[in-house]
Amino acid sequence: MHKEFLMGNAAIARGAIAAGLNVISGYPGTPSTEVLETTAKCNDGSLYVEWSVNEKAALELGAGAAYSGARTMVTMKQVGLNVASDPLMSLAYIGVKGGMVIMVADDPGPISSQTEQDTRKFAEFSKLPCFDPSSVQEAYDMIQKAFEYSEEYHTPVLFRPTTRVCHGYASIEVKDEDECKKNAPEGFVRDPSKWVIFPRLSFAAHGAIEKRNVCLSKVFSESGLNPVTANGGRRGIATHGISYTYTMEAVKALGVSPEIFKVGTPFPFPEEAAVEFLTANGGLEEVLCIEELDPVIERGLIFVCGKYGLKTKIIGKLTGHIPPAGENTCASVKRAVSQFMGVELTAEEKAEDVPPLPVRPPVLCAGCPHRASFFAVKQAMKGKKSVFCGDIGCYTLGNAMPLDMVDTCLCMGAGVNITQGIGRIEPDTNCFAFVGDSTFFASAITGVINAVYNQADMTLVVLDNSTTAMTGHQPHPGTGRTMMGQVVDKVSIEAVLRGIGVKTVETVDPLKLDAAVDCVKRVSAEKGVKAIIFKSPCAVLIKGKAPAVIDSGKCINCKKCINSLGCPGLVIKDGKAAIEASLCTGCGLCSQVCPVNAIGGGENAE
Amino acid sequence: MQNNILICGVGGQGIVLTSKLIAASAMAQDIPVMSAETIGMAQKGGSVFSFLRLGDGLYCPMFPEKTADLLIAFEPAEAVRMLPYLKDGGKVIVNTHPIMPVTAALKGSSYNGSEMLEYLAKKVDDLKTIDGEAACREVGSPRALNMVMLGQAVKTGVLPFGIDAVEEVMKKTVKPQFVEMNVKALRLEI
Repeated sequence: MHKEFLMGNAAIARGAIAAGLNVISGYPGTPSTEVLETTAKCNDGSLYVEWSVNEKAALELGAGAAYSGARTMVTMKQVGLNVASDPLMSLAYIGVKGGMVIMVADDPGPISSQTEQDTRKFAEFSKLPCFDPSSVQEAYDMIQKAFEYSEEYHTPVLFRPTTRVCHGYASIEVKDEDECKKNAPEGFVRDPSKWVIFPRLSFAAHGAIEKRNVCLSKVFSESGLNPVTANGGRRGIATHGISYTYTMEAVKALGVSPEIFKVGTPFPFPEEAAVEFLTANGGLEEVLCIEELDPVIERGLIFVCGKYGLKTKIIGKLTGHIPPAGENTCASVKRAVSQFMGVELTAEEKAEDVPPLPVRPPVLCAGCPHRASFFAVKQAMKGKKSVFCGDIGCYTLGNAMPLDMVDTCLCMGAGVNITQGIGRIEPDTNCFAFVGDSTFFASAITGVINAVYNQADMTLVVLDNSTTAMTGHQPHPGTGRTMMGQVVDKVSIEAVLRGIGVKTVETVDPLKLDAAVDCVKRVSAEKGVKAIIFKSPCAVLIKGKAPAVIDSGKCINCKKCINSLGCPGLVIKDGKAAIEASLCTGCGLCSQVCPVNAIGGGENAE
Repeated sequence: MQNNILICGVGGQGIVLTSKLIAASAMAQDIPVMSAETIGMAQKGGSVFSFLRLGDGLYCPMFPEKTADLLIAFEPAEAVRMLPYLKDGGKVIVNTHPIMPVTAALKGSSYNGSEMLEYLAKKVDDLKTIDGEAACREVGSPRALNMVMLGQAVKTGVLPFGIDAVEEVMKKTVKPQFVEMNVKALRLEI
């Protein structure tokens, strides 16, 4: 063992490698992304690492490898599990040979997600064992146990950290290389009675799964993963994940000593450990459940109280003692614990004379080609009845003023279908769907096929910046690079669209504003399904040109550049528009917007 | 012995590296470290922070309000935003150069940071202001700000190690061609 300073996601990756990982697949999504990236960085050639085209593909690939005896990990964020839920539900019945851990990162807040769904509930629904780490060190240790349970019980297991564990750092004990396990997969052994799902098999498997989960509940109760800390009182706190660490900090700071039950395996719920906790010291009077997302432990304890005839009063989210939505914090947990334990907190004095703080909502970067694409469509469609359906990625930020170009956003790949639905009700509307290149490959292609087949009237706008920018620039099928370091043929978006039967497909550089506006006008006027590919690389990945320069003699101070583009590279200094040279990439868009040609420098300036 | 340190600023100012170097310097002295920071939107002009904790008996990387021993602020308004985390008698180092958000430009506001600096001067007894722009000019690189701030942070004496320890881990972390510039920035006399 030795010490290293690791991010939670890196610890999960390193723990999996220490457990003999052979194959890892996934789809990027905050806060899960760094797990797979770390395994790729640590790959000595013995691992197979891939960013799959989406979570469903990743899970299915992982299943095949696990059927073949490989120790497999599949990574995604919580909403990614929705995409992968079809194979997940069936795989729970089929089971695996090699250990298979499905790492699903939840996002209380939510900080960067569409939903606050709780993967612990998904575990219950799919009947799969679930592990819930509370710290970086525990994540490292627990993922190794997760592999062992998976292999011993021939089932995939869910491992679900939350953002603060994924993105927290700590100096932790990690294994030396010679302490790490090695796993040599046996290979796929043909056995249709085992690997082919049929109703008869499903019936038998269902019964076996229920029996196994009763057994696992007992095993987990004794595993040390659900510790009860006895302090001798009649009041208890049940908690999990990062909230456990907030609770321990609060208990220490307040000098109180409740009984503490830390639930590390929320499913199957460790009933025996719960009973031990609830019946301590002649029976606890009251238990506060401190959880994020859903009240899983709270409902579990209420169930146990009913089943075993216990009188303990269980409080938490369902009783309004813990907020129903959003993240817990050190402060919110300290407040809840102090109230529960009857300790007065000194009243927080709020400073009242704080000057108004500038808000800093996330915006498209200076030089971002998406800004130009949105602006071109906005110019072209001025005065025409239009709807702009957005999608998931950096370009969702096109909703912000002054662009204001995202009318809908639902989930990965939804925009292309939503715009068809709107068109069915409003045939006189120009229906647009914006989709990024990675999202296009992940889940928009079927939507385009749907549109072509069903004779929709819409314009698909692919914002192709040749990367998965939002999650930190992962490769995808259009980039020609893989996580194994290979340079491969790119999958052409234009060829895919033409293959589907989209007859008009035009590719244009959005930073050439006039050409881009003309292209949108021309293409959108056609009937049927047509596509524009705005192709320009992500501004973060290219070396910028010299910053633009404003000729103060020519500038009439109309601020059109600022008010129409909202670029962070354009600021106001002494009441006049100015270039923030440290941010400007010289993309030249503002020089094409300026009505008096006062902005020079930059790429496209004359 | 525990130290709570909060570093804050705007995406792209080099806050994450600063945090890493403090952590690595502590680890080199066998001091346990935990940290947590904003990730994801960091490149998109948002407020960025890094919580750092050094010492024994730590459970979680975040800490509540009024418990930071030291606030290292790369931007005046961000210092004010995070000031509630400073403990009574805590120290603040702030770069005086403001970064204007897009929303301010759109509303025609001319935020320049001076109001923030006045507020800080009123509220914080142990305040050190750094003209980050001037310091970077002196070092000869606009990217030296984080090392300048780190060097000044070490000078407060709050951190359980000296500038030599930081210099050593910095040399192992950054690309060789940037070592000289970073040493100059770390050791800049202000």
